[in-house]
Amino acid sequence: MADCKQTLKELDAFLDGELSQQVRTQINEHIEGCVDCLQTFEFHAELKTVIRRKCSNDELPPGLLAKIEMCFDEDFDGDGIIGPAE
Amino acid sequence: MAEQSTFADQAMQYAPQLYSAALRMTRNQADAEDLVQETYLRGFRAFNSFEQGTNLRAWLFRILTNAYINRYRAKQRRPVESDLGDLEDLYLYRRLGSMETAAASLSAEEQFLDLFPDAEVKQALEGLPDNFRLPVILADVEGFSYKEIAEMLEIPIGTVMSRLHRGRKAMQKALFAYAEAHGLTSSEPEQTQTEQTGHTTDG
Repeated sequence: MADCKQTLKELDAFLDGELSQQVRTQINEHIEGCVDCLQTFEFHAELKTVIRRKCSNDELPPGLLAKIEMCFDEDFDGDGIIGPAE
Repeated sequence: MAEQSTFADQAMQYAPQLYSAALRMTRNQADAEDLVQETYLRGFRAFNSFEQGTNLRAWLFRILTNAYINRYRAKQRRPVESDLGDLEDLYLYRRLGSMETAAASLSAEEQFLDLFPDAEVKQALEGLPDNFRLPVILADVEGFSYKEIAEMLEIPIGTVMSRLHRGRKAMQKALFAYAEAHGLTSSEPEQTQTEQTGHTTDG
């Protein structure tokens, strides 16, 4: 059974899904019985969700997809640069 | 081995994610568009080295990350490694955690942290120096594992973890500065919300 200090030390790795099953279980057991740690973990889980949602909703500029697809045809000399070599 | 003619069919679906990440990296639309185009061109040309059945999304993000680093660090004599100084752990939670709890009890639907406008959250992320910004983009926005990020950035996993930890705290500091300046730290979050948000959270 982990204490508060050990539990908080694993906060990042827990939320990032990087803990072994064994440590994860220990953390879960602690959180279930500790309101302070539970609230801390919930806050950071929410923060991570909010950051992801708010930083990944950019609208593709019109025409970008078409420009990308042109690359597949226009790199005719195969040097990785669109158009003839300089 | 992957057939080059199938590249577009397999890869184009990732364009919105690649573009968002490119925008967070370059911080402007023109450079982000260039970077995404370069990523697809490189991917197209290298596609016969992609092993079918492995993670194409991770493969494309690795190309994107490399293209960004080469393009923007090549100009500098050596990569800029910035330091963020020391911030205490749980920086934002220690300051706003009680607000979040209060808001949660008022309304299950509305999350307190949604009160931050999208543009402010983006700015908090884009304000981080490169060596912290890239790991945070790849982990928090794109959901890659420490191992995948370590491979993309060619740094040890321990370095990924410490940069994530410190980058996140610096981002929290920027968010707190916004919260303080806009009254989100008052004891009436709901009222603050109607006053401040008009243009922010609707979905």
